[in-house]
Amino acid sequence: MAESSAFRWTRRHLLSLEALSAQEINHILDTAVSLKEVSTRSIKKVPALRGRVMVNAFFEDSTRTRISFSLAASRMSADVLDFSEKGSSVSKGETLIDTARNIEAMGIDIIVLRHPAAGSAEVLARTVKCSVVNAGDGAHEHPTQGLLDLYTIRERFGRVEGLTVAIVGDIANSRVARSDLWGLTKLGAKVILVGPTTLLPRSFEALGATVAHDFDAVAGEVDVINMLRVQFERIKSSQFPTVREFTRLFGLTPERFGRCKKDVFVMHPGPMNRGIEIGSEIADGPLSGILTQVSNGLAVRMAVLFLVSQAGME
Amino acid sequence: MSGLLIQGGTVIDPSRNMRQRADVLLRDGVVAAVGMNLAASPGDRVIDAAGKFVTPGLIDLHVHFREPGDEEEETIATGSAAAVAGGFTTVCCMPNTKPALDNEGQIEFVLREAQRVGLARVLPVGAITKNREGRELSEIGSMLSRGAVAMSDDGVGVADASVMRKALQYVRMFDGLIMQHCEEPTLSGGSMHAGVVSTSLGLTGMPPEAEQLMIARDLLLNRTIGCRYHVQHVSTAWSVELIRRAKRDGQNVTAEVSPHHLLLTDEACRGYDTVYKMNPPLRTAGDVRACIEGVKDGTIDLLATDHAPHRAEEKELEFPDAPFGIIGLECALPLYIKALVEPGHIDWMKLIAMMSSEQARVIRLDRGTLKEGAAADVTVIDPELEWTIDAKKFASRSRNCPFNGWKVRGRAVMTIAGGDVKWELNG
Repeated sequence: MAESSAFRWTRRHLLSLEALSAQEINHILDTAVSLKEVSTRSIKKVPALRGRVMVNAFFEDSTRTRISFSLAASRMSADVLDFSEKGSSVSKGETLIDTARNIEAMGIDIIVLRHPAAGSAEVLARTVKCSVVNAGDGAHEHPTQGLLDLYTIRERFGRVEGLTVAIVGDIANSRVARSDLWGLTKLGAKVILVGPTTLLPRSFEALGATVAHDFDAVAGEVDVINMLRVQFERIKSSQFPTVREFTRLFGLTPERFGRCKKDVFVMHPGPMNRGIEIGSEIADGPLSGILTQVSNGLAVRMAVLFLVSQAGME
Repeated sequence: MSGLLIQGGTVIDPSRNMRQRADVLLRDGVVAAVGMNLAASPGDRVIDAAGKFVTPGLIDLHVHFREPGDEEEETIATGSAAAVAGGFTTVCCMPNTKPALDNEGQIEFVLREAQRVGLARVLPVGAITKNREGRELSEIGSMLSRGAVAMSDDGVGVADASVMRKALQYVRMFDGLIMQHCEEPTLSGGSMHAGVVSTSLGLTGMPPEAEQLMIARDLLLNRTIGCRYHVQHVSTAWSVELIRRAKRDGQNVTAEVSPHHLLLTDEACRGYDTVYKMNPPLRTAGDVRACIEGVKDGTIDLLATDHAPHRAEEKELEFPDAPFGIIGLECALPLYIKALVEPGHIDWMKLIAMMSSEQARVIRLDRGTLKEGAAADVTVIDPELEWTIDAKKFASRSRNCPFNGWKVRGRAVMTIAGGDVKWELNG
């Protein structure tokens, strides 16, 4: 952490963890450490972003990510606007770029974008002058979720390097899995992706992961298990046959949990399907970091908003 | 009647394996003479072609001119202008217009409009099935008799095996040509090649097997039928191998490739720029090598463009929603020079053959040759001219070209069709 204190952050946008260096990721996490304390004060506010305007531009349903960004911005004294519209450019008859230019014309400093199309944040960042923070673009990345997962793991173990982390479930369609994979491997963790062959193509090996289809075979060797949410619509597209069989093969059931290390750390990006991908007694148990993840999300998003707007000023 | 004397150039005429310094005299719409020291008659225009190649007019059997229906993307007039600006004197336009070219009236409309425009010869390809829906055969016989040059549902393949078998049988009756866009729809449906890059970008992939499956199926169906069958825009290594084996077995099959499948890979999709979104998608470096190998060993017969204009507003959509396709007529020649001639994969004779005489052979057109008496379609090429591709200057109505800004060598400098100069550089 000493090395990152001298580090100067220069990025105006946060679009992916794939693009960041380990040093940049650590700098965000270190900044979040110092900002986490703000939430413990009686007056939970610092003036760092006073006079700045952040808009939540959400083109997909989301509650917790939107609220987390809103709260992070208000803790930093920024003004917050909410813009929600469902669907793609095609259904609206206005392109994302046009919508964003309109938003920007109102004098916005930061656009936080959630959009169903992969790459939308990157394309937007090329077009507008303000900062863009990716809050999830299709199946591509969800970098602040990746950062809060890293933060939570680092807080729990004091390090990320050398840990073995399993990410379990619908990997192919998961932006969380991709951001976690990039962040964890850059910080020196070993990542085992676990899921059915239909939702976990071999091409993930080329991105630096170990690919596994037998959860029981790897359960005993991991320090962290990150369970992804099951998307029921994958049954219709024949990517797995039934929820029951998915739970048997890939759910974190009490029996399977018994095969894990005694101090295994359990995570979930939410919202959970209790009893499907994760048993309630595990989710609510002493080894669960699920609510800590939510709290840490706030600190990480405060850090991200602060850093991109500092870079935007220069 | 006055003529044209093209003087001092090097004639490359693959139809008789000729590459030598010679003059070419065009008169009354035909090639009057090819030889040394030809004399001009009074009134003839004399063109100095010293240092230039004089070739049969280039032919491209795969373009989209969008008329009728999407005239703001391209028209037969603007598409023809783009064709002659790229050195092409004959092009075959695909039937995926709105409405589709699926009846004799539409075929006649294209022919008449192209004649009115009077630049390139535009030969319509009729739809195999009504409205390209893949269910019922269109009036194939009527369209062929009115001048349709081949049949295709391009944009999509004929997915139903039973309909496809009937199409092969029916078109065989007229000794016609089927051009197939090979893509099994139940296996496709993404927005780029399925592989490591699509995995990392989080985009849904189009597996190469979708293309290979339809090629394999059609070759199997056609094995006993023997219809003239042409594979459009080959893009995968196994597609090339399937066609190679079918040819070895003596099957009636030809194939084409597009410039982008020889010069770009799916790596170009990083950054989500929709100018790299096309169908078939950009594949891997291994696929590119296999396609080049297919060109070298004759598995792939033709160099086409798949010129596919789209409005900028449409290409500004998010990557999964943007339409497939790029334009190619005005830069295909230098791109094929860069992909195939400069690295030494093929020589100029083969390049010109694959862009003229071989194209004429596949569509059975009496062109693609500079023999005396042939139609006076001629392209004059400056093989050394270095220039930068600038899509803003294209005659095409659209600008969706991933090669914009590329530095290239070689360019058509004059395009002559029917004995008339239709286009000349800076002219």
